[in-house]
Amino acid sequence: MATRTFGEPVQRNIDDRLLTGQGHYIDDIDLPSVAHAAFLRSPFARAKITSIDVSAARAHPGVLGVFTCDNIGHIDQDLPLLIPHPCLVGPRTQRPLARGDVYYVGQTVAMVVAVDRYTAEDAVRLIEVDYDPLPVSVELEDAAADGANLVHEDVAGNVAAHFVQNSGDAAAAFARADHVTKITVRVERSTAAPMEGRAVCARWDRITEQLMVWDSTQAPISVRGGLASLFDIDEDRVRVVAPDVGGGFGQKVLFFYPEEVLVPMAAIQLDRPVKWIEDRTENFIGSTQERTQVHTIELAATKDGEVLGLRDFFLHDTGSFIPYGIAIAQVASTSIAGPYRIPNIEVEFKAIYTPTVPVTPYRGCGRPQACFAIERAMDKLAEELGLDRFEVRRRNFIAPDQFPWKREGLLFADGLAVCYDSGEYDTALSKAAEAIGLDRLDEMKADARARGKYLGLGLGFYVEGTGLGPYEGGHVRIHPITGKIYVNTGLSTQGQGHDTVFAQIAADQLGVDPSDVIVVEGDTGAFDWGVATFASRAAVVSGNAIHKAASKAREMVIEAAANMLEAAPGDIELAEGKARISGSDRAVTLAEVATATNPLRYAFNKAAQSATQFAPASKHDGPPLADGKAPGIEVTDYYSPPYSTWAYGCHAALVEVDPALCTVDIRQYVCVHDCGNMINPMIVEGQVIGGMAQGLGGALYEKVQYDQDGNPRNAGFMDFLMPYATEMPKVDIVHMETPSPLNPLGIKGVGEAGTIAVPATIISGIEDALKPLGAGHFHEAPVFPHMIFEKLGGADQAKAS
Amino acid sequence: MKPARFEYVAAKTVAEAIDARSSFDDTVILAGGQSLIPMLNYRVAQPDAVIDINRVPGLDTISVDNGAVRVGALVRHRQLELSAEAFAAHPLLREALDNVAHIPIRNRGTICGSIAHADAAAEMPAVLVCLDGFVTAQGSGGERNVPASDLFLFHMTTTLDSDEIITSATFPALPKGSGYAFEELTRRHGDYAVAGICAVITPGPDGNCASASLSACGIAEKPVRLSAVEAALVGTNLSDDAVSAAAALVDDMVTNEDDGAGGRYRRQVARTLITRAVAKACQRAAQGRA
Repeated sequence: MATRTFGEPVQRNIDDRLLTGQGHYIDDIDLPSVAHAAFLRSPFARAKITSIDVSAARAHPGVLGVFTCDNIGHIDQDLPLLIPHPCLVGPRTQRPLARGDVYYVGQTVAMVVAVDRYTAEDAVRLIEVDYDPLPVSVELEDAAADGANLVHEDVAGNVAAHFVQNSGDAAAAFARADHVTKITVRVERSTAAPMEGRAVCARWDRITEQLMVWDSTQAPISVRGGLASLFDIDEDRVRVVAPDVGGGFGQKVLFFYPEEVLVPMAAIQLDRPVKWIEDRTENFIGSTQERTQVHTIELAATKDGEVLGLRDFFLHDTGSFIPYGIAIAQVASTSIAGPYRIPNIEVEFKAIYTPTVPVTPYRGCGRPQACFAIERAMDKLAEELGLDRFEVRRRNFIAPDQFPWKREGLLFADGLAVCYDSGEYDTALSKAAEAIGLDRLDEMKADARARGKYLGLGLGFYVEGTGLGPYEGGHVRIHPITGKIYVNTGLSTQGQGHDTVFAQIAADQLGVDPSDVIVVEGDTGAFDWGVATFASRAAVVSGNAIHKAASKAREMVIEAAANMLEAAPGDIELAEGKARISGSDRAVTLAEVATATNPLRYAFNKAAQSATQFAPASKHDGPPLADGKAPGIEVTDYYSPPYSTWAYGCHAALVEVDPALCTVDIRQYVCVHDCGNMINPMIVEGQVIGGMAQGLGGALYEKVQYDQDGNPRNAGFMDFLMPYATEMPKVDIVHMETPSPLNPLGIKGVGEAGTIAVPATIISGIEDALKPLGAGHFHEAPVFPHMIFEKLGGADQAKAS
Repeated sequence: MKPARFEYVAAKTVAEAIDARSSFDDTVILAGGQSLIPMLNYRVAQPDAVIDINRVPGLDTISVDNGAVRVGALVRHRQLELSAEAFAAHPLLREALDNVAHIPIRNRGTICGSIAHADAAAEMPAVLVCLDGFVTAQGSGGERNVPASDLFLFHMTTTLDSDEIITSATFPALPKGSGYAFEELTRRHGDYAVAGICAVITPGPDGNCASASLSACGIAEKPVRLSAVEAALVGTNLSDDAVSAAAALVDDMVTNEDDGAGGRYRRQVARTLITRAVAKACQRAAQGRA
């Protein structure tokens, strides 16, 4: 291979287009005579609907259709429970439009379709609904308490799922421990807030009986399968395209959201294209959220700080429905032991219904909560045993030669036992200590004190199971006219740069520039086998599938070129879009190879004409196309991981607190991370930094708030404090590359990596900074200034002075 | 998130705008639109008519007269912030403007619009209050000057009549020998203030405080003058202790409580910002004299 782009910071193919406004998001799809949908949403967290009167809305000029549960036909049914699990004791999913009951503020009650969005929104306000409000228990702990108001009348105790898993013998470990550390930590709810909200546009073609749906989704193939099944149309007559998508972060992997089935239904019923673009308020009350968990974690340790056992019990807030099953809680409970050996583990959780926006995975998916719990517990253990925070971690790390490290009995979200594949944890910790300047810490603290500030060291270590199965596919084809490489996979991109890294993978095999590889994904018309983009899996699963397909295409090219050039296959090299005899100038272009491998009747272009000057691409007797062969260079292959790859990393920060204003200034932030071999370090850095920004939100800014009646209190960017670019500290990224032994490319996922350890890191830094003031422990995330004020005993200070 | 139906009037003169204000029940003036447009889209505001004054000539000028700065109704935040003449005459304005939202918002939003909007946590109304400034308003009854002390009623409400339009705001000159500062705490850069303090301190020849003007945003239902703090500062030697003691008098004026900044915390923030603003103002006064 002449040039290898794997590992190079290749510029993103997509950026010119996106940054100059050439992208095509759903709202850019401008179909003739398209109608627009708007929704009436529940103003109550829990209520009975006693009547709905849509007559005024229906009569409003410009309205084409008004829909309630009574006129949507067979789609008036519970939407699918996507991931069933035996521990789900009361699984509930919502209906497209509420029937009889509403379960959260924001739930869809009626849909208006009109000539434009203005008219549709005007008409929504003309619908009269009588509600009979019911009492609610909104806070997680309240909803889990005895006698709580029930979200679903028939689900006792609001318990959606209850699950216990054991690895080793935790009871025995606790019995023989010298010391037990126990803390309770709480992580609050946040939301992904993608730049582009959700969006759906659908067109029903009466002539071909085809349903075309553009959906800002992470799972077009699954949406296609579901729509075909729901509408009872052959799958081949439903095409779902996720065009340019402005961020997803997990929020767009759920299907179905009500709008995703109602908009296509309206397009069919009205025989007219229909579009719905989620607005920001709707994104806050109608798109899923995640994070609230309360963990009580106990560590059983020797006096030297070796952790023998771990017990963790937590409550998980699943909102009003549980369409994604126990995925988040399962990931949290199986990630709880972090990078530590801890051979005896007992984890138990209850997923609890609350009358709030439903909860499904958001970038991190249970891992930030688990990381916060174990890392804060390790700090507490170090403190109680009088050990250094770094040292207590070192004494418990899984060593490089101990991999694969299996936690028998703990089943991960892929249904397989947790098994870490590779890592150099101790090295990562040392690199973090070095990069943050641990040896100068006392000096830095003194400097801060001289300025009236308090500085602390933040530390957080995370592991992350990535690249979950079951499988993805890769389709590689060399275009006969241009010689360009066409690559398809089934999952979709939300701006991560898939098209660049997938192009690099194919380019390396076929000896072309990545810019000559055209990647099309997220279109069921182009490729329709696969799953979806989630769980940091695209590079691992689709990347390896494309690698496998491109490797086979490479073999085919070499064989054909050897025949055409009358040379031995071993003498053929692929570079610069050509197959060449090594050390000579005798070469055929990939276009010629692709043409020659297709027995043409007509020489309709130059490539076809020039291909005839070479010997035949195939040496065989009989008909032009040999038996069992396909024309051209085209390969489809699949990759199915044996189990998840485990990425990891260590974050460290110097955090300075102003004790008067109770504000936090991140003076320095170091991220050491290892996602195996990097396909493109620039894209990896983008992923890490973007993830960190969302982690920073969870550490210091973001909390979705509800009042005691279940009304959202900050459903907008004025009050929900997503950090701006101005809040992001400069981040020093240190790359490590420990290859995964599980896949041909040796890669692990990185999509969620940056997010996980940030709350644990920054908040432990705040705690460390304020130790001299006796502020105590910080076991909640996020930390807001008024919480620091309270920890500093500010109430009394204010009165006293 | 689309606005309710409204009439749109593109006024060519102030008189046309005033006429339009009188011919509809409920009107709003569109200048920079940085607060108004979101309110329309959220349907928090559902006026009968939106009167766009962006085509009215003559409202986009900044004039400096003997240290005082008068800004027309269409002067954008950024225009004033970058005006060398205004900065030379009145550097406090740039310091305050630097805290107003983010540059893209300042490029479009107007000072007079911010004053008319009268958000209790906004910076420029507090600056106007601190300096004893005034706005010039025109309505069907003619033109009048409204002093800042009479202008702000409560959060997002002024005393102006429904047919009046602010045509300019005037920020009086800083006193000779004074130092100034604008100190603010926001949760994120560019957000509305948890608390913001505008301070102008004039030390006398003996170094003691000869006069003090302080105002605050974010702490109450409108921008407020901190008269008690001012009175306590005047005559002191401006030592840390003296300033702290004076700053503590802000406590009674802090009435705003919201999520994440309860009253006790906000009081501590206001006091801290007062001490920091006064210290900075004193430092600047000393530099000016040197």
